[in-house]
Amino acid sequence: MAEPVLLRYVREPDQGEIEAYERRGGYAALRRALRELSPDQVTDLVDRSQLRGRGGAGFPTGRKWKFVPKDAPVKYLVVNADEGEPGTFKDRTLLEGDPHLLVEGIALAAYANGVRTAYVYIRREFYEARRKLETAIAQAYQRGYLGQRILGTDFSLDVYVHPGAGAYIAGEETALLESLEGRRAMPRLKPPYFPAVMGLYSKPTVLNNVETLCCVPWIVREGPEWWLQQGPPQLYSVSGHVDRPQVVEAPLGTTARELIERAGGVRGGRQVKAFYPGGTSSRPLPARHLDVPLRHEELAQLGSMLGSAAVIVMDETTDMVKVIARVCEFYRDESCGKCTPCREGTVWVTQILDRILHGRGRPEDLDLLASLARNMTGTCFCPLGESVPPSLRAGLEDFREEFEAYIRAAREPVSMPVRLHLGAPAPGG
Amino acid sequence: MLSEAVKRDIEALRGRYPVAQSALIPALLRVQEEQGWVSPEAMAEVGRLLGLPVEVVAEVASFYTLIFTEPPGRHVVQLCTNVSCMLSGAEAVRERVERALGIRAGQTTPDGRVTLLAVECLAACDQAPCMIVDQQRHGPLSPEEAARLVEELD
Ligand SMILES: Cc1cc2nc3c(=O)[nH]c(=O)nc-3n(C[C@H](O)[C@H](O)[C@H](O)COP(=O)(O)O)c2cc1C
Ligand code: SF4
Ligand code: FES
Repeated sequence: MAEPVLLRYVREPDQGEIEAYERRGGYAALRRALRELSPDQVTDLVDRSQLRGRGGAGFPTGRKWKFVPKDAPVKYLVVNADEGEPGTFKDRTLLEGDPHLLVEGIALAAYANGVRTAYVYIRREFYEARRKLETAIAQAYQRGYLGQRILGTDFSLDVYVHPGAGAYIAGEETALLESLEGRRAMPRLKPPYFPAVMGLYSKPTVLNNVETLCCVPWIVREGPEWWLQQGPPQLYSVSGHVDRPQVVEAPLGTTARELIERAGGVRGGRQVKAFYPGGTSSRPLPARHLDVPLRHEELAQLGSMLGSAAVIVMDETTDMVKVIARVCEFYRDESCGKCTPCREGTVWVTQILDRILHGRGRPEDLDLLASLARNMTGTCFCPLGESVPPSLRAGLEDFREEFEAYIRAAREPVSMPVRLHLGAPAPGG
Repeated sequence: MLSEAVKRDIEALRGRYPVAQSALIPALLRVQEEQGWVSPEAMAEVGRLLGLPVEVVAEVASFYTLIFTEPPGRHVVQLCTNVSCMLSGAEAVRERVERALGIRAGQTTPDGRVTLLAVECLAACDQAPCMIVDQQRHGPLSPEEAARLVEELD
């Protein structure tokens, strides 16, 4: 197995200290870029690396950077450290284990895009990650990697950490910008509010995920060909019914079977029933797809997606009705309430799933769920609402007999999933 | 009343952004760090410091689950109940913790000691089932370990 790249040093206890980071080759990419490369050349390297955003949408990073108008006098860089997609924990792992890698990535992205001010939007619950990151930023200022006239050039950059306050929807890029401007995190209309053109304070804004930016120092240091030869390196958050849940670094396109093996195999030696390949917003796949390469193209063909590459493993004992109900309940509670299909659709879906789970399901409920899934597809204002249909469709197509069994047997109520109290939904998550 | 230290910090926060309202959420969290919650009086004061109407402050505060507009207990326990934790036994942990505290998730013990929140994925599914006690993350937890942690809180 090749040496990991993104995770190479995260387990070194001193990696958060700037001396250790430098000793292991850190900030060499920034030095090189400032000395030898123009901003456009940095963007070109990233473009040639074929890097795609690791936050969920998978948009090519180089292309995104090229959308940013060059001549705009004020531009911003915003780092998405909100990591809220259920099952995803790779950004936290990077922040806690190698915070300078992100700082260096921020400096490189800012240099490439002519940015002088960057904000890291970090979720509130990341207490340790935030402490580590703030220490790294302070050390980088002291060493002249941030601040005025970085390394004696005329490139200057300020970086600020900005806390979130508990709202999954704030991870969506335009909602994040609303939140950063001090408002409720509700998505903006695209167009015109494409962040690269009209972002923070209506200025052009580069917005990237933590992992995306952590790839950049390696790409600049070793070159795009090397990067591609390494896989390219991809972080998969592997959790659920595996023996040792963990972030696995593997070449993009690794199969779930291999990832599960690297996470210690299925707990108790059981068989896999299903897995989410890209967080709960992706369509969960039955075990027959264990050998599909987990990559954008192959997963799209299956009606699923790579998303945040969070592989949630469910063994043969898993109650899929319960899991899907829990997932839909999550989206109901986190819906920002701005648009009707999502606000009301999530309530109806969870009500129907609730009665199925509690032995009050009706035969027509499955058709009702299918039609709700159809009505929520392509109609929601943002992808949050669109995250419900994939789970429902999988439930109705791949795990239908589990739903039917609940409906057939007017059985005793099962023990309820943890959050399925199903009282009034809490708008605004 | 906000302390001088908090007022100074809010002033400093304001200096980080070209628009004062951007400092609102960090300012509310700063107040909460000191007072445990954000009272109507605190909202008004933060509004004055940032030049915002109190209605705007209240509307924003109410949107975010981790801005407390009612006083929580002395300790806040956030128990993850999302899928990866659920698959790893979060239900049993929740039941055991509720029994240890004598309350349901979403409630505060009558003596004001602990508020128990059932929360969404904490991005720590490698430690499932997990919970955050005040600012410290714990996991993977057995029901007994979780109960012991909350019983030890004073
Ligand atoms: C509901 C929702 C939640 C999201 N949450 C996150 C998140 O927590 N972190 C993240 O990086 N991207 C998240 N995204 C994706 C962002 O909108 C955006 O695509 C991404 O941050 C861009 O960075 P990238 O191109 O580097 O991936 C979310 C999207 C949606 C629709
Ligand atoms: S889809 Fe849901 S989260 Fe997105 S804007 Fe509509 S209500 Fe808000
Ligand atoms: S599901 Fe509990 S930490 Fe992710």
